[in-house]
Amino acid sequence: MAGKIIIDTERCKGCGLCVVVCPKSSIVISKKSNKNGYFPAQPVPADRRPVESGVEGAADTDCTGCCLCAIICPEAIIEVYRDQPNKIDIVAKPGKKGKPRLVEEKT
Amino acid sequence: METVFTRTPTFKDCPTHYCPGCGHGIAHRLIAETIDELDIRDRTIGIAPVGCAVLAYDYLDVDMIEVAHGRAPAVATGMKRTNPDKIIFSYQGDGDLAAIGTAEIIHAAHRGEQITVIFINNAVFGMTGGQMAPTTVLGQITATTPQGREAAGEGFPLQVSELLALLPGAIYVERCALSGAAGIRKTKKAIKHAFELQVGGAQGFSLVELLSPCPVYWRMTPAESMEWIEKEMTKVFPLGRLKG
Ligand code: SF4
Ligand code: SF4
Ligand code: SF4
Repeated sequence: MAGKIIIDTERCKGCGLCVVVCPKSSIVISKKSNKNGYFPAQPVPADRRPVESGVEGAADTDCTGCCLCAIICPEAIIEVYRDQPNKIDIVAKPGKKGKPRLVEEKT
Repeated sequence: METVFTRTPTFKDCPTHYCPGCGHGIAHRLIAETIDELDIRDRTIGIAPVGCAVLAYDYLDVDMIEVAHGRAPAVATGMKRTNPDKIIFSYQGDGDLAAIGTAEIIHAAHRGEQITVIFINNAVFGMTGGQMAPTTVLGQITATTPQGREAAGEGFPLQVSELLALLPGAIYVERCALSGAAGIRKTKKAIKHAFELQVGGAQGFSLVELLSPCPVYWRMTPAESMEWIEKEMTKVFPLGRLKG
C-alpha cells in the first residue's frame, strides 16, 4: 500500500465528490448513514471488493496517496498518508500497466 | 507513513453549515492554507459577507468582522487605511459583490485600495432561496426565473471581474474555478498570489473570482455541478488572469 486515507465519516455529508475524483476508484459511499443522516464516503474495504465499489479490483489498497480526494472535499475531513518513497524498495515486478510496482517497505 | 494532507490550523476543526458539495468549504480551506503558508494569521483581518458564507467567521480562525450587505470593500478601505500593517481581505458572494455591493467594489478597485477580495460566484442568491443574481447565466432556472433567465427581460449575466480589470487601480484580477482538483490547485495559486501582493505592499487592489458550485439551487448533484461549471459557466465567465 503506497497511500492511505482516513475520512472523518461522522462529519462527511456524502456529497460524493471524493468518489468521483479518485483515479483509483478506492472510495465508495457507505450503505450505513452517520448520525447526521448522511451516507458517508469510506475507503473501499479490501475484503469487500468489488461488491461494494462496483469497480473490479478497486480497494483502499490501491490508494496512491495522490490527495485528489482531500483537495476536493468541501469539508476538509480527509487525511492522506503516503509511504516515504525512499523507504520503499522498488521491485521490478510488473504492475497493472507494466510499470514496476512498489512492493516492500524497507526496515 | 508520512502525512501528506491534513486540515490546516486556520480552518477551524468544526463542521460547517454548508450544503453537501458546496464550494464555500473548499474556498475557506484555500484561504486558510494561504494564511498559514504565508504565516500571517496574527495580522490578518477578514470580512464575512451577507449570504450563505455569513458564518465564515466561525470557520476561519483569524480576526473577522461582519458588515452590511455589499459594504465589505468600503469597510475594508477604512480598515486598511487605519491599519496599513494588517492584511485585510473580504469574502463576498455574487449577491453581495455583484448586486447590492456593485458601487462599493467598483470604487474600492478604482481607488486602488490595498485589499484582497475573494469573490465567490455561484450564479444565484443561495441563502435567500436560489433567486436570480446578476451573474445568473442565460437560460438558468432559478426561483425568480422559473422559465430560465432571458436577456430581454432580465438582462445579461454581469461579468464583474472584466469590469474591474479595466480600472487602473486594480493590479491583479483572476478568475478560477473550483471544479475538479486541477481547478482547485490553480485557485489556490491565485489566492496565494493575491495575498502575497498585499503582504509585499503592492500598491493596488486585487481580486480573485471563484466559480463555485451551489448544487442545491442549481438542482444538480455535486458531481454534475462541477461539470456544469466546466461546460457551461466558463463559457460566460472565461477562466484566466484578467489583469496583473
Ligand atoms: S489519495 Fe488519491 S488514490 Fe487515495 S483515495 Fe484519495 S484520490 Fe484515491
Ligand atoms: S468529498 Fe468529503 S464530504 Fe464529500 S463525500 Fe467525500 S469525504 Fe464526504
Ligand atoms: S445554498 Fe448553495 S451556496 Fe448556499 S450553502 Fe447551499 S450549496 Fe452552498
